[in-house]
This record gives sequence, structure tokens and C-alpha cells, in this order.
Amino acid sequence: MGVPKRKPSRSAQRKRRASNSVLNLPQLSVCPQCAAPFVPHRVCPACGHYKGRQVVNIEAY
Amino acid sequence: MRHLKRNAKLGRKGAHRNAMLANMVCSLIKHKRVTTTLAKAKAVRPVVEKMVTLGKKGTIHHRRLAVSRLHQEDAVQILFSEIAPQHQDRPGGYTRIIKLMDRRGDAAQMAIIEFVEEGDAVVASSDEGAAKAEAAPAKTDTEVAPDADEAKAEAAEDVPAAEADADAADKGSSEGQEKKDA
Repeated sequence: MGVPKRKPSRSAQRKRRASNSVLNLPQLSVCPQCAAPFVPHRVCPACGHYKGRQVVNIEAY
Repeated sequence: MRHLKRNAKLGRKGAHRNAMLANMVCSLIKHKRVTTTLAKAKAVRPVVEKMVTLGKKGTIHHRRLAVSRLHQEDAVQILFSEIAPQHQDRPGGYTRIIKLMDRRGDAAQMAIIEFVEEGDAVVASSDEGAAKAEAAPAKTDTEVAPDADEAKAEAAEDVPAAEADADAADKGSSEGQEKKDA
């Protein structure tokens, strides 16, 4: 069986862990109704509008 | 082989799943709108559409077919007397699924499923409910739309809060703000 010839250096180990643990911010748009950032194709969590329509009453939640 | 079997299993056996879907259809019929996970909403939609189609045919035979699927005669009564007539001219597509933000806790994708003809009425009634429950704050919510300046002022308040949430998930706060500014 193939076996690693060398133990990975601390640098290589850290580089692997760093690049595999990056958290990405979701792509955000600006709500045309209230100008708050929101995720596209979702109801705006700030004002409850979607496609120009009041879908959810935020105060009721 | 499990080829071309597209229905979501939803972690249940067939009988359990069918019972749950029937209950969800009945809830949707009674309340006109249901907030659930996206997967369940998508699974319920074909069942609802078939029930509305039965309702549009409207004979005693079709009513019995609907009862045999849904097991709730009161819901079938509402379906045949109220919902089916509203959708008489609509050739399918009676429901609408609107995606919501992910659920806090398990990050499940959430969605609203509602009848196309009833959607605005549900929002209006929830507005009334909120107005009764908390008279002052609910009113400000409805006034946001016409008053642009007020909307921007409120948005400015909302932005730092949203960023704080996003930063909690992000490693560096400065990184998060840069992306949002860009």
C-alpha cells in the first residue's frame, strides 16, 4: 500500500486547516422596500416584503 | 433501484408520510397558509393541487375521493365550498411557495405555502390581528411602505443589527463589513 513518505509540515497542516475552515458571508441584496440587506429569493426579514408585496407581518411574529 | 423516484421521503415510512401530508393539506385548507420547511412545502403542493382539482369537479364522488385522501370531512367541506370555486378559472397552479430565511437552531430552509387566491387576504387578516394585539407598533409597520424617508431611517437602524448577526457567523467583523459595502 502507498504510505506518505513525510509527515506534513506544520505550515502545510495549517494551510490546509485554514483554507478548509473559511466561513463565507451569503450573497446579499438590498431590499427595494426598506433598504435593509436580505438574501435574494427570500422574504426580507426586516420588512416582510417579497416581490413588492407584504408577505409576512413582521410585527405579528 | 431507486431511479426516477422523485417524491421526498421526509424521514418517514409511507403511511406516516401520507398521514402527515393529509394533515398538512387540511391545515392549509383551514388556515389558507402554512409556514413549514421548504421540503415539506414542496411535498404538500402536488397533493393540494390534486385535491383542489377534485373540488373543482365537485360531485359527491369526487368529494368522497377527497375524504378518502384527507380523512377530515370539515376540511373537505371548506375545500369544496370556498376554495375550489375561487380557483375555478385557474388551470392548475393553485398554490404559491415563498421562501423564508433559514430556521434558527437547525438552519432548515423554511417556506410559506398559501393559496394563490387567498394570499393577500391572509396578510390583511394577520395585520388586523397584530393591530388588535399591539395597537401602536403594528401601525408603524404598515406605514413604512408609503413613507420613504421613514423607511430609510428604519433601515439604517436595521443594518447594524443585521451586520452584528452576520459577523457572529463570520470570523472577522471588518471582513464582513467590507463585503457588505462593496
